[in-house]
Amino acid sequence: MTEAPNTVAFTPDRLAKSKEIIARYPEGRQKSALLPLLHLAQEQWGWVSPEVMDYVAELLSILPIEVYEVATFYTMFHLDPVGKHVIEYCRTGPCCLMGGEDVYGYLREKLGVEAGQTTADGKFTVKEVECLAACGWGPVFQIREKYYMNLTRERVDEIIDELSK
Amino acid sequence: MAKKILTEYINVPGIDTFEVYRKHGGYTAVEKALKTMTPEEVVEEAKKSGVRGRGGAGFPMGMKWSFLAKPEGVPRYLVCNADESEPGTFKDHHLMKELPHLLIEGMIVSSFALGAHKSFIYVRGELMYVIRILEKAIEEAKEKGFLGKNILGTGYDLELVVQPGGGAYICGEETALLESLEGKRGNPRNKPPFPAIKGLYQSPTVVNNVESISNMPWIINNGGDAYAAIGVGRSTGTKLISASGHIRKPGVYEIELGVSVDEFLNSDEYCGGVRDGHYLKALVAGGSSVPILPAHLITKTANGEDRLMTYESLSDGGFATGSMLGSGGFIVFDETACIVRNTWNFSRFYHHESCGQCSPCREGTGWMEKVLHRLEHGHGSMHDIDLLVDISKKIEGNTICPLGDAAAWPVASAIRHFREEFEWHVTHPHEATQPGAVYMGSAALV
Ligand SMILES: Cc1cc2nc3c(=O)[nH]c(=O)nc-3n(C[C@H](O)[C@H](O)[C@H](O)COP(=O)(O)O)c2cc1C
Ligand code: SF4
Ligand code: FES
Repeated sequence: MTEAPNTVAFTPDRLAKSKEIIARYPEGRQKSALLPLLHLAQEQWGWVSPEVMDYVAELLSILPIEVYEVATFYTMFHLDPVGKHVIEYCRTGPCCLMGGEDVYGYLREKLGVEAGQTTADGKFTVKEVECLAACGWGPVFQIREKYYMNLTRERVDEIIDELSK
Repeated sequence: MAKKILTEYINVPGIDTFEVYRKHGGYTAVEKALKTMTPEEVVEEAKKSGVRGRGGAGFPMGMKWSFLAKPEGVPRYLVCNADESEPGTFKDHHLMKELPHLLIEGMIVSSFALGAHKSFIYVRGELMYVIRILEKAIEEAKEKGFLGKNILGTGYDLELVVQPGGGAYICGEETALLESLEGKRGNPRNKPPFPAIKGLYQSPTVVNNVESISNMPWIINNGGDAYAAIGVGRSTGTKLISASGHIRKPGVYEIELGVSVDEFLNSDEYCGGVRDGHYLKALVAGGSSVPILPAHLITKTANGEDRLMTYESLSDGGFATGSMLGSGGFIVFDETACIVRNTWNFSRFYHHESCGQCSPCREGTGWMEKVLHRLEHGHGSMHDIDLLVDISKKIEGNTICPLGDAAAWPVASAIRHFREEFEWHVTHPHEATQPGAVYMGSAALV
């Protein structure tokens, strides 16, 4: 991390959006905007650095520690830099019944990484997550907001090839 | 064809838009409730319907509403639980993405009934694309005058806020959800006080599941009595079932409560039977937290009666020979599935998702996972099997929230019904750990 705290700022669009979000909650309850703002930050920077957390704390007029303790509790927030595409696959039972273990093993092998790692070229990070509420359409992974379902080895090839272009 | 209350129009093209939804009778319940009924009358219809909470616990919705405290000058809140993270459950995801206006319509009439003017829909953060669908639908409803200030000129104001979670199963527990909505870690609160007295921002709050609330438009349009006429006994109305695992047609189905498990599992209208060339081994009927049932207790109860898809029939026999309807996560296992591996997988889930506040849950879930891991990987002993039962008993009932029980039940029930499979893993350590055996570890046993 090289960015100094005072260089961290939302784009004008996101800053406007953050104000709109904060205004949704009753007077004095602006802290409720914390999770939405962390999502907005991750959308912009890809991950949530300590400097970004300090920035979010400032926007909400709360202590930085209040942001740290929340960002570390919720698994969706990446606290370290990630690759261009973060692939989050569901490792829970129903997806495994549909062959998830094989498909995910193939994915890791294809990219040459273990869960939690990023490829050397910085393109892909692979993460293991729990049930994504798509169990009947498993195996499943998610890349940003998109769900990829009914995965097979062939589908994995197609998706990775497409994203590698 | 069975009666459809929620999903009758789900396949109509464009039903996610205001216009098409409205053309198919959408928002008439808002007109009826706000213009011709008092909030108390709406609560009364919910009570008459007998509709029970669809998030898992099955508590009657109308009764919950009537417990809401109404102190003068204090705002009241309705919070919709769309955290849907119970393994095997994906019905709310389906319903919200296909029929966003149904939930919004339900939220309007329910908020009106409770006297809430700001209501929240807390959606698990992974479903950001669904959040965007809901937000778009809310904008449409607002433009048409069904949300915002002075709705339809009735003087009633309501604002709906869609809140994203951050990836934490525990935030489905209602008090953890409220903590999360306040911008904090998702640690369940000690109860009492219950949310009906002190909930969101310390104000009286009702938390209801997506599906529960989505029943309200139909109940208002047709009356609580008409709803109660569907179903069997205290299991009134319809239920969405998320069907997954080794079946021919996985997916989300709306059933009338009271169809038999046999029909649901085997008829072509629903799951279409176990996938070709295989046969039924086990069923988790209501999401990963409920006890697993072996083949001989699935379509028949221990007394030999037909097992029905109702709260009562699925729990017939208690934990000895029954299970629970839970969230309606219907997970089917054929003979290739390894029960030990699945139990380990589920216990890893609960360990990962424990918030860590109470030691029986925090330590117990980790310990069970470790013991199950060694059994599954061929390093376990016969003593480990009894140890698991012992740990599960020590967690059960000794925790702040029900996640502890939810972690204990799958382990205890798997050992109760499949003990010989656990023993087989001890006596056949090499087969159990065969590379590629994955979910097939026990195929040799059957
Ligand atoms: C660990 C845990 C997770 C839960 N997850 C959910 C969930 O994802 N969705 C839900 O509606 N209820 C969930 N519940 C149940 C809620 O606490 C609450 O009972 C429910 O939202 C009430 O709504 P209902 O009465 O309409 O079902 C969960 C409970 C526990 C203990
Ligand atoms: S039972 Fe588990 S999840 Fe629930 S409060 Fe205790 S530690 Fe947290
Ligand atoms: S188990 Fe994978 S989405 Fe539910």
